[in-house]
Amino acid sequence: MATPEVELKRLGSEYAEKYGFRDPEQYVFKARKGLDREVVEQISWIKNEPDWMREFRLKALEYFLRRPMPTWGADLSELNFDEIVYYIKPTERQGSSWDELPEHIRRTFDRLGIPEAERKFLAGVGAQYESEVVYHSLREELKRLGVIFVDMDTAVREYPDLVKQYFGTIVPPNDNKFAALNSAVWSGGSFVYVPEGVRVEVPLQAYFRINAENVGQFERTLIIVEPGAYVHYVEGCTAPIYSAASLHSAVVEIIVKEGARCRYTTIQNWSKNVYNLVTKRAAAYRDATMEWVDGNLGSKVTMKYPAVWLMEPGARGEVLSVAFAGDGQHQDAGGKMVHVAPYTSSQIISKSISKGTGRASYRGLVKVHRGAHHVRANVVCDALLLDEQSRTDTYPYMEIEEEQVSIGHEATVSKVAEEQLFYLQSRGLTEAEAMSMIVNGFIEPITKELPLEYAVELNRLIALEMEGSVG
Amino acid sequence: MAEHTPLFMIENLHAGIEGKEILRGVNLVIERGEIHALMGPNGSGKSTLAYVIAGHPNYEVYEGRILYKGENVLELPPDERARMGMFLAFQYPTAIPGVTMANFLRLAVNSVRKARYGEDKALTPREFRRLLREKLEMLRMDETFASRYLNEGFSGGEKKRAEILQMAMLEPEFAVLDETDSGLDIDALRTVADGVNQLFNPNMALLVITHYQRILNYIRPHYVHVMLDGKIAISGGPELAEELEEKGYDWVKAQYAEAAS
Repeated sequence: MATPEVELKRLGSEYAEKYGFRDPEQYVFKARKGLDREVVEQISWIKNEPDWMREFRLKALEYFLRRPMPTWGADLSELNFDEIVYYIKPTERQGSSWDELPEHIRRTFDRLGIPEAERKFLAGVGAQYESEVVYHSLREELKRLGVIFVDMDTAVREYPDLVKQYFGTIVPPNDNKFAALNSAVWSGGSFVYVPEGVRVEVPLQAYFRINAENVGQFERTLIIVEPGAYVHYVEGCTAPIYSAASLHSAVVEIIVKEGARCRYTTIQNWSKNVYNLVTKRAAAYRDATMEWVDGNLGSKVTMKYPAVWLMEPGARGEVLSVAFAGDGQHQDAGGKMVHVAPYTSSQIISKSISKGTGRASYRGLVKVHRGAHHVRANVVCDALLLDEQSRTDTYPYMEIEEEQVSIGHEATVSKVAEEQLFYLQSRGLTEAEAMSMIVNGFIEPITKELPLEYAVELNRLIALEMEGSVG
Repeated sequence: MAEHTPLFMIENLHAGIEGKEILRGVNLVIERGEIHALMGPNGSGKSTLAYVIAGHPNYEVYEGRILYKGENVLELPPDERARMGMFLAFQYPTAIPGVTMANFLRLAVNSVRKARYGEDKALTPREFRRLLREKLEMLRMDETFASRYLNEGFSGGEKKRAEILQMAMLEPEFAVLDETDSGLDIDALRTVADGVNQLFNPNMALLVITHYQRILNYIRPHYVHVMLDGKIAISGGPELAEELEEKGYDWVKAQYAEAAS
C-alpha cells in the first residue's frame, strides 16, 4: 500500500502535469531580508497595486519604524526584524512538498489522521485542485446570494471601492507596532462581504478559498457583514502550521452592521519557533453580535486579544479563548471589549492550560466609556496547571467610566488533581489518556462551540501534546 | 497437578501513607463466586486497603503481596489493574468537569475490553449505547445521566449509583465496594444492592467494605471479616455481621484483646 507521503507526491506531480503547476507567468519572488521603503515598494509593485494602497503601506512603514517594541506583554526581545523575509511570492511557498516538512510535523499529520484534502492543502497546490471541486458549488451559491469571498489581493484589484472604504478603518495602521508592520507588508488573507439580509449557512473556510495564499505570514482579513446578515468564518486548520519564518503577524478587521451577526473561529497550531502577534478587532453596531472563538496552540510566543468595539445600543460581543502553553511556550491571550454605547453587553471566557515550562497568561480589557450606561460585561478566566513547574498569570484590566453598569469577573486557577487522575486510571485509562480527558473537559465550554470536526481535532491535538508529558 | 490459584489473595500486607503504617499484616483469600464483607470501625484501615488494592499512588507498601489471578499487582499502575479486570467503587468519587459520563465510559469500557478480550472487541458506538441504556435501566437511572458531567453536581446517592453503573459497564472479575452504602437512603440502597446482585456471578468475586451491617441485608456475604487496627481481627460467616450489629465493635475489640494476650 502506498504511504501517504508517496500518495501525496503522486497527486502533486499529477497536478503539475495536468494543471500546469509551473505556470511561467507565476514567477517566484523572494524579498531580501529586512525591511525598508524599497522592500515595501517592491511588494506593492509586484502585486501591481493602486497608488492608494502603496501610500497606505509606506505610511504604515513609517509608523512601524517609529513605534518602540512593546514591552508590556510577552518577552519579544529575541525578535530580530532584520532577519526576517517579509515577502515570498506565493508559487514558491505553495510549492512546498510533503518532503520539505519536518519529520515531526509529518508524523503528527499521520497520527492526527488529517483528512486527505487538508493534507494535500497543507502539502501545497494539490489541495487547491481538490478543494476546487468542493468549493465550486459553494462558490456558485455564494455568488447567487451576492456574497464575496476572495483573497485580499484579489479584492484590492476587483473590489477597490469596497476595500478602500473599510480597509484600515477598524485597525488603523498606527494602532500598534505589529498592526503597522502588517499594514506595510501584508499579503494574502480573506475578503468577505455579506449583503444585507443574507444568511450564509455554511461556515466559510479559509482553506476552501482558491487562487489564494492561504497561510501567510502577514495576512490581512476584512469581513463586512451588512445589516441583518449572518456569516461564520473559520480560519486556519488544526494541523501544525509549519512556517520557516519566525514571525506571523496578521490583522483581522470585521464590521458587523445593524442586527447582523458574525462568528469568527480560529484554531491555530503554529510550529514552535513562531512569534504569533495578531491584531483582531471588530466593530458591532446596533443590535449586532460579534463572536470570536479563538484557539491557540503551538508558537513560541502568542500575543492575541480579539476585540469587539460595541458602537451602538444592543450590540453584543463575545470572546471564547482557549490557549495551550507547552514547554518553552508563552501564550499571552485574552480579549478586549470596548463599550462605547449604552445598553451593550459582552462576555469573555478564557481557558488556559500550562504544561512543563509553558506559561499561559490571560490579558483582557473591559472598557466602558462615559455615557455607556446599562452595560453588562462578564469575564471568566480559568487556568489549569498540569504540573508543579507550569505557570499562569492573569491581567484583567477594567476601565469603567460609568456607574450604572454591571460588571462581573471570575478567575480560577486549578491543578490537575492526583485524585482525578487516579480515579480515571482506576477505570482503565492510561495516565496520558486520563490527563487529556481532564484537559478536554476543562475546555469543553469552548469546544462545544466549535464545528464538530474542529472540536474533534482540537481534542486530538491536546491528547498528542499530553503524550510524553507524563510517566 | 498445578497448585490452585485463588482469584484474589493478600499476603502479609503492610502499607501506609507518608511513612505512617496503617495496614499491619493483612491476609485474605477470595475465590471466584464469593462475596466477602470487610467491616470495622472508622480508622481501622478499611479504605486504605481499598486504595492499596486499586493502586493509589500516595500509598506506600512496605511488605507483602497482592495477588490477582496469581500475579502480584503491586508493581502495576492502577490502569493496568483495571484492564486486568479489577474494579473499585469509590467511597468519594471525584468530579471531572466537562467530561460526560458517556464519553468517559466509552473510553474506559473499550480500553478494558480491548485488553481483556482482544483488540477487536471494542464496542461500536451503537453497541455501546445499547449496553449503556440497558445498564441505566437496571439501576433505575434516567437516560439523561449519560450526558451529565462525571460526578459533577451529583447527589450522594447519584454518585454511588454512578459507581455501580461503571462496574456494570466494565464487568470486572474482582470488585471492591468501598462504603457504597454510606449516604444512601433505604430505597437507593435497595436499588444499588439489587444492581450489584444482578451483576454478581459465579465467575467473579466481591469485597464489600462497610461500617454498618445494613447493606449486608441486601448483598449477602459468604464471609465476614472485621478489621481492627490494620489487621483482620476476626473472620466468620454472615452471622458475624449480625452479631456485630447487636454487640458493636467494642465487643470484637475485647475479644481480640483477649485472644492476643
